[in-house]
Amino acid sequence: MSNNHNETICSQENGKYVKQLALWTLAWLVSTVLLRFGAEYIWDFQAAYSIVALTIHLVLGAAMIRVNVKHLSSLDELQRKITMDAMGITLGIGLIAGIAYEQLEDIKLIPFEPEIGHLIMLMGITYMVSILIGNRKYK
Amino acid sequence: MKNRLKVLRAERDWTQADLANALAVSRQTANAIEKGKFDPSLPLAFKIAKLFKLSVEEIFIDEQA
Repeated sequence: MSNNHNETICSQENGKYVKQLALWTLAWLVSTVLLRFGAEYIWDFQAAYSIVALTIHLVLGAAMIRVNVKHLSSLDELQRKITMDAMGITLGIGLIAGIAYEQLEDIKLIPFEPEIGHLIMLMGITYMVSILIGNRKYK
Repeated sequence: MKNRLKVLRAERDWTQADLANALAVSRQTANAIEKGKFDPSLPLAFKIAKLFKLSVEEIFIDEQA
């Protein structure tokens, strides 16, 4: 059988997109920090600087989404299924838990304001666990 | 869905990595298809059939039929 290394090429392409995705995500995170703390500690809430920081943040976010789509298209059909399943579960749990969490303060079950960071952490953990379970299922 | 991939692969003395290479999929995917844990899409099923020079029905057996 001719060993044409298609799988190797496929995984090299996938690896390339994983690295790109990691870099764009890091850039986006840095822009989030800059947007949040820059206004307060660097440019003293001057609107022009905040608009520039916000624009950079949104552009980097769009680039991150674009690379994520490319990464998804570089996966084979089982890997894509595992990833899409994990994304679906994450979206579902994020929506259900997010709405329930948001209500907690309104119905006086918690004394503090719900924070979006908690929801993002929950979604991150859900995604990672779903990917692990998916990979284990098709091992 | 059952399949004859393991037998067909053994007849040709191919490893799962060889099969995965030929189909341009990961070894995880080749293994999951072979074990019947994952049913391939129609294009991939035809690609497998073409690789073994057989029809799809000669490789994949529908257990519900």
